[in-house]
Amino acid sequence: MPFIVRRVIFYIVAAWVALTINFFIPRAMPGNAVESIMAKFPNLQPSAYKALQAMLGVGHPGSLWDQYLAYLNNVFHFNFGVDVTNYPAPVSTLLGQTIPWTVILVGTATVIAFLVGTVLGIVAGWRHGGWLDRVLPGLMFFQAVPYFFLALILLELLAVRGHLLPLGQGYAGGLVPGWHWDFLGSAVYHSLLPAFTIVIASVAGWMLQMRNVMITTIGEDYMLAAQAKGLSSRRVMFTYAARNALLPQLQGFGLAVGFVVSGAIVMEIVFSYPGIGLLLLNAVTSNDFPLMQAIFLVITFAVLLANMIVDVIIVAIDPRARAREGAR
Amino acid sequence: MTVALPVSTDPAVVPEEHQQRRGLWRRLPTRAKAGAVMLGVFILAAIIGPLLTPYDPGFQNPSPALSLHPPDAAHLLGTTQSGQDVFSQLLVGIRLTLELALAVGVVATVLSVVVGVAAAYLGGVWDEVLSLATNVFLVIPALPLLIILLGYLPQKGQAATIVVLAGLGWPWGARLIRAQTMAIRSRDFVAASRETGEPTWRILAFEIVPNEVSLIAASFVNTVLYAIGASVALAFIGLADLTSWSLGTMLYWAQSQQALQIGAWWWFVPPGLAVALMGTALVLLNSGIDELGNPRLRDAGAPSAAAWHKLRPTDPTPVLQAAPRLRRGTASHSASPGGRPPGTPRPGGDLP
Repeated sequence: MPFIVRRVIFYIVAAWVALTINFFIPRAMPGNAVESIMAKFPNLQPSAYKALQAMLGVGHPGSLWDQYLAYLNNVFHFNFGVDVTNYPAPVSTLLGQTIPWTVILVGTATVIAFLVGTVLGIVAGWRHGGWLDRVLPGLMFFQAVPYFFLALILLELLAVRGHLLPLGQGYAGGLVPGWHWDFLGSAVYHSLLPAFTIVIASVAGWMLQMRNVMITTIGEDYMLAAQAKGLSSRRVMFTYAARNALLPQLQGFGLAVGFVVSGAIVMEIVFSYPGIGLLLLNAVTSNDFPLMQAIFLVITFAVLLANMIVDVIIVAIDPRARAREGAR
Repeated sequence: MTVALPVSTDPAVVPEEHQQRRGLWRRLPTRAKAGAVMLGVFILAAIIGPLLTPYDPGFQNPSPALSLHPPDAAHLLGTTQSGQDVFSQLLVGIRLTLELALAVGVVATVLSVVVGVAAAYLGGVWDEVLSLATNVFLVIPALPLLIILLGYLPQKGQAATIVVLAGLGWPWGARLIRAQTMAIRSRDFVAASRETGEPTWRILAFEIVPNEVSLIAASFVNTVLYAIGASVALAFIGLADLTSWSLGTMLYWAQSQQALQIGAWWWFVPPGLAVALMGTALVLLNSGIDELGNPRLRDAGAPSAAAWHKLRPTDPTPVLQAAPRLRRGTASHSASPGGRPPGTPRPGGDLP
């Protein structure tokens, strides 16, 4: 089976597992979620009570199998139920409003951090023991700092005390979101600090990983051969060492992207950034279970999609993966 | 960095006789020593700290003068909005957070050893199923799943958090341990003990697992790191027992009572810094363990001396076009074949 087909099947299985976990959690957990929601939101209509019961599987809304099929059907139609906090707004509307903010911010910042970290890792691994290599223990500190704490510190230094950047939110108050320069400029200006936080917090991880793979690659015989041929250092460094070291680094990217996204959504809370992280916080504080579950699914699918893209890139740059593809 | 470390039976990495006698501590790279010492300080603080707390961490001093008081001699790290002593909270918080993280580390590492070894040793359908489960749980982001699991739990106590975190923390170790077990399984000494009729459990417990100690240690350190990051993040968004004092709940209260906007840095900086330093200690320790197993990563005297002379690490043989120059220290690179198989990086230490 071609590599990419096998991977796609794997992602379908992973998505199905996530969907199934999401279905069973409210049914397996102790306590009555519907009652706790109704107690918190007295303004809900009796019809909402029925809908919540059906969704969370409380009471006896049909056999488990029927519930499961109905649930899958709903998810495929992006029907995540009605949000209880902003009743009767559908959950999918809320998600639609917040997802673009998070995808653009976290996506751009993660790619920048990955690229910067990889280049620094190439240099640190090439000049093993050089100055860049020596500051690594210092960088490990940033690797260990929780994103949201780094966000707090940067906010204190650059916004509260320095007055250089805005305190939070996605754009200046009074602006109407839309495709005009005032709004776009303000949105970019407000995203600088959150993006900077993600880059600072994750760059050391990519760098350390790339450095270690580089050092292992440098010991290979073909590196010696390349140097013996008299190729320039730059060529050996990038086309021989870095290109080979990039493959494990990319595989690592696929696995780590879940961690980065998790850290970034918690960080959004500090900046009151209007993304999915802030929505998740509101869902948690108000016991808004349908919203929490929908957010879990959205984040999981985003991470699976990112992994799939990484796999496509690996096939594109790894001749071995392509060869496997052709041979079978 | 946890990677498939070479087994100590590999002739290339077996330490020389005199090195073995010098003991483990002496052989540890400097980074690992620094990490171990830092971690030791925190463990000490966790053990004796709660005995030294000057105040009850929950005690709300009614005196208005002690609301948000900056650090002074009576309150080493100042007070919170309701007059609680931050230093006392910190000492209790370090214990609670470390306790939780170590418990998660132990449970999750045991799980990953069981799953990893079982998958590799039993093989066949077992391997397919266990590997698939491992890879699926590796790719599903843990934090959002933790959030809904804890969100539904009516009681979000320490024990519940440990169970949930450990239940999602095993796949990383399991994957690495499976790969390592696959490599060891085909070794002669395993075949020999099978021939002599040793029962399977004995082979697993006394032949295979002892050969994976460094990998298990690395995966334990990693899991503890994950547990600290995840538990602090969960508490920060309010998914913890908010009546107890952990580093995460301290940050939760500081954030929810707007410590930042008030300018009360002494309220949110100490717990966050404690988390960051604990994490740094663990990352340092792990990179040290890594270097122990993969000598190429080491940057002891010789390679750095080479760096000063601007030597490329790749040229142990003279390159014709280059001017002749000293090649001190480069020997240490070619002296370490083996190493780890490429393709087994870990996803950074990028915990939330």
